[in-house]
Amino acid sequence: MQALFGQLLIGLINGAFYAMLSLGLAVIFGLLNIINFTHGAQYMMGAFCAWFLLNHGIGGVSLGYWPSLVIAPIAVGIFGIVIERTMLSRLYKLDHLYGLLLTFGLALVIQGLFRNEFGSSGMPYQMPSALTGGVNLGFMYLPIYRAWVIVASLVICLATWYVIERTKLGSYLRAATENPALVQAFGINVPRMVTLTFGFGVGLAALAGVMAAPIYQVNPLMGADLIIVVFAVVVIGGMGSILGAILTGFGLGIVEGLTKYFYPEASSTVIFVIMVIVLLVRPAGLFGKEK
Amino acid sequence: MAAIAEVAAVRAARRNGIVTGTVVMTVLLAIAPFIGLYPVFVMKGLCFALFACAFNLLLGFGGLLSFGHSMFLGTAGYITAFTAKEVGLDPALAILAGTAASAALGVIVGGLAIRRQGIYFAMITLAIAQMMYFFYLQMPFTHGEDGIQAVPRGRLFGVIDLTHPLAMYYTVLVIFVAAFVLIYRVIHSPFGQVLKAIRENEPRAISLGYDADRYKLLAFVLSATLSGLAGAVKAIVFQLAALTDVHWTMSGEVVLMTLLGGMGTIFGPVVGAFVIVTLENYLASLGEWVTVITGAIFVLCVLAFRRGIVGEIAAWWSAHRR
Repeated sequence: MQALFGQLLIGLINGAFYAMLSLGLAVIFGLLNIINFTHGAQYMMGAFCAWFLLNHGIGGVSLGYWPSLVIAPIAVGIFGIVIERTMLSRLYKLDHLYGLLLTFGLALVIQGLFRNEFGSSGMPYQMPSALTGGVNLGFMYLPIYRAWVIVASLVICLATWYVIERTKLGSYLRAATENPALVQAFGINVPRMVTLTFGFGVGLAALAGVMAAPIYQVNPLMGADLIIVVFAVVVIGGMGSILGAILTGFGLGIVEGLTKYFYPEASSTVIFVIMVIVLLVRPAGLFGKEK
Repeated sequence: MAAIAEVAAVRAARRNGIVTGTVVMTVLLAIAPFIGLYPVFVMKGLCFALFACAFNLLLGFGGLLSFGHSMFLGTAGYITAFTAKEVGLDPALAILAGTAASAALGVIVGGLAIRRQGIYFAMITLAIAQMMYFFYLQMPFTHGEDGIQAVPRGRLFGVIDLTHPLAMYYTVLVIFVAAFVLIYRVIHSPFGQVLKAIRENEPRAISLGYDADRYKLLAFVLSATLSGLAGAVKAIVFQLAALTDVHWTMSGEVVLMTLLGGMGTIFGPVVGAFVIVTLENYLASLGEWVTVITGAIFVLCVLAFRRGIVGEIAAWWSAHRR
């Protein structure tokens, strides 16, 4: 039983990262129609940013986990905005596949540079002291940091959902997704909105990276394989709905955890198998709408 | 009438150009071992050129971006290596078995992936390829990280001794040129024309009565089969089938070769494959910088150079001829 709950917890943690990453992908895709292949690299950059702030700091002052949660997403988000302004914005009039190819190339460059600098072995990131330790729940031992990751990611996901679905800003965003030319005609600066949305999605990936740093090791390739799983998650959920992305992310994490307990050989492929089944039954994805 | 004659003349000129180009390319490749080029290096280039041509058939003429083509290269490689080494098949039969395995995989994956379009198509092929990667990583017959090593080259049809470098070289060359001509024929057949029509405007092609999905599936299977042929030959040449051939970086590499050479052109993938193979050969000592440079070429191609090398030359040529 202990082992089952342990795997379920790991599944939930993975699910939290799937949800945050696929949410960022879905938000970016909604407005830019681009699948951001650098998402995994930006998640890795978030983790490295936190590692750098802790071990080198700014001006000799070491900054720990809590400041990193704010600084890393902003720094990586600005990096994303620069990419959007200088490169991606030139491609909007072309086939959307060029955006995928461009971001794929960028991901190779970023990951290659980080591997040159830091090698391919992982570096540990110290857990913040306030979140060390754990609670014995009777049926299982719950490390506090893991509980924090699940709760925090849920809050972030739901806050994003609230902003997009329930606020005025979100309604502009959804309108621009439907018909950017019309929204622009109403005097809303759509290009700026596109840029900020991209920065926000990238920042979300970096935030996930900071939260992942104490659990997984900080490694230049930590996002490379993860992003492919997240793509499968996005195909399963369909990119039509924000809530769908969140639910699919957490749900698939749990399924993966259960597989690890009952049939470990299939744990690395189960999400892809589910994707194949969903494609056969509901090609548009569980929450997607057929266009 | 004059306009029609002019179009026909342009077409004839283009066809003549392609025929001349093919003959020049074949002659150059045939004499390559005697002008100081290392046969193994050229064979590597030929395998990747065939892979890229097969990929270009799908992307350049069908408009379908598969981000998982490594699975066809790798599957054929594994099956060929296994049948040649463990079953002891003749190399020709082993290559056939590997190619057939990729064709079968192409039917399954193609049937699934064409249910979605554009970006989803790319993501689905990528995800299925990743699944195949984990599958081969875990299957005992592939020997995981080690791969299937020391695959015997054997005697082709029981006669030609492939351990002789030149015998191997000309076998690869014959396979490559045959596949290249086949791809050219396919592109210029009525099937290829319908495929282009679907790429340009799918609803209109459907309204004209073409079953778009069937055409797309056939193109996918054809591309998978020829990619498999490349992987099968590669396994015999290098006497090795390994995980690098099924990894997603290989899928990215074939996209890059096609993009750099010129997607939708006949010779582009060949040029792109040889440029990338040469580059990797010379930069091998730089380690991780190869990834950075590869990525940078990708970015450069997409931003400034979308027609690729052959596409740019063709555009320059037609602009300066008048």
